[in-house]
Amino acid sequence: MKPAGFTYHRPVTVDDAVAVLAEVSPAGKVLAGGQSLVPLLNMRLAAPEHLVDINRLSELAYVRAGGDAVTVGALARHADVERDDAAYAVLPLLRDTLRHVAHPTIRNRGTTVGSIAHADPAGELTAVLALLGGTVTLRSAAAERTVTAADFFTGPMSTCADAGELVTSVTFPVPEGRTGAVWTEVARRHGDYAVCGTGTVVTLDDDLRVAGARAAFVSMGPEPVVLDVTDAVAGATHDTADWAAAGRLAAGRLDPEDDIHATADYRTHLAEVLTTRALRDAARRAAEVAP
Amino acid sequence: MSAVEELFEVTLVVNGVPRSATVPARRLLSDFLRHDLELTGTHVGCEHGVCGACTVLVDGRPIRSCLQFAVTVDGAEVTTVEGCGGADGELGPVQQAFRDCHGLQCGFCTPGFVTTITAYLEEHPAPSDDEAREAIAGNLCRCTGYQNIVASVLRAAELRAEEAGR
Ligand SMILES: Cc1cc2nc3c(=O)[nH]c(=O)nc-3n(C[C@H](O)[C@H](O)[C@H](O)COP(=O)(O)OP(=O)(O)OC[C@H]3O[C@@H](n4cnc5c(N)ncnc54)[C@H](O)[C@@H]3O)c2cc1C
Ligand code: FES
Ligand code: FES
Repeated sequence: MKPAGFTYHRPVTVDDAVAVLAEVSPAGKVLAGGQSLVPLLNMRLAAPEHLVDINRLSELAYVRAGGDAVTVGALARHADVERDDAAYAVLPLLRDTLRHVAHPTIRNRGTTVGSIAHADPAGELTAVLALLGGTVTLRSAAAERTVTAADFFTGPMSTCADAGELVTSVTFPVPEGRTGAVWTEVARRHGDYAVCGTGTVVTLDDDLRVAGARAAFVSMGPEPVVLDVTDAVAGATHDTADWAAAGRLAAGRLDPEDDIHATADYRTHLAEVLTTRALRDAARRAAEVAP
Repeated sequence: MSAVEELFEVTLVVNGVPRSATVPARRLLSDFLRHDLELTGTHVGCEHGVCGACTVLVDGRPIRSCLQFAVTVDGAEVTTVEGCGGADGELGPVQQAFRDCHGLQCGFCTPGFVTTITAYLEEHPAPSDDEAREAIAGNLCRCTGYQNIVASVLRAAELRAEEAGR
């Protein structure tokens, strides 16, 4: 099908973009890569009156990697973030995860910020942002604010962003200390939305004993869930820790739903197995980090 | 919505030739190519990004033309399957490989495979079996079966290498 008509705006600066959004609010919608929005328009599941196309805001086409965080501007495509060597050097989890986000053709247009603004509970990056305790920066015509991932995601496909706000960037903090991070998922085909996916972060102390372990999930609930499973493994050395116990602990706390892709039971089973595996791998990576 | 839909002049360099048309903002790039420019090589299957039949290259990178408005990519360079041929009307290496390996039956999906594989081989000229399979993971074919398409990717890589060696 074809989209319904809309009034089209193509600002070239962030100032213009937020001015237009303010003017047309609440009837406006931001168009970024279009990889989630245009299917909805084509199927007429959405028919906004105004579309504010941000594809000309070149000032937002950046990936900035520092020692303690990677900040991604709203016009950086998934493919740009995936290919960014500086970002990979400080936070390999981003590239590792992006390889599971759709297919390369979709990643060439879809933006990392757009997938967070879209807040699809099956979107890997929502879980990664939540796992790392990242932040989202929003601009309106009146003000700028930065909110935590926990405050940003308010439910499936819903966020605290107001119709007059543009998400200008998201920041993924690099986990502190001796840590390893891993993404793993099961999908029907590589690149499809995951039936269950998990990202894990494990922190070891100077004696290579587990000091912290947490996991975040996609397709396992209405919004990204982050679980702390340190209790199951605290103090054990990284290679003797009972990761299966941690996997069981996580799976027991999740409450997925049945859908046409999988039953809730199968998802819970996957969560246990994948969490166990991803935690063990994250611990191994942490142990390899130079002290 | 105002009663009269606003129109935009969109100019793209398609397969090396500047082409323009005046269209509403909601014109999808796929329809712009097919209806406004009458380049019907680009096929439209699902119109929601899943099948890959509509894949074209924009500034060298493959994208789904059914998920972009033409007006968004105004000014871009676009390569469609019509631009994947060889010099003087011969088949290009990817097209030739599909012919050699029986990589198509009805041909509906083929334009999307040809553009996707053309861009892929530019960056990865010598894929392994697994990589060839991964390269086409985002495209659906309902009749040929993927074995022959994977073989076509590998054959296209050979043909490109031969061409480069000549
Ligand atoms: C076939 C297919 C498979 C896919 N598979 C996956 C997958 O496995 N995992 C996954 O995570 N994603 C997947 N995606 C979605 C893809 O990652 C999208 O790129 C992403 O969800 C949205 O980014 P976008 O830039 O395309 O946003 P758009 O589609 O342009 O926008 C999506 C929504 O976010 C809003 N928005 C976008 N940017 C901003 C901003 N800066 N400020 C405020 N609001 C904004 C829009 O208004 C809209 O509501 C898939 C898409 C397709 C078509
Ligand atoms: S028609 Fe565009 S992906 Fe199917
Ligand atoms: S050749 Fe018929 S769909 Fe692929």
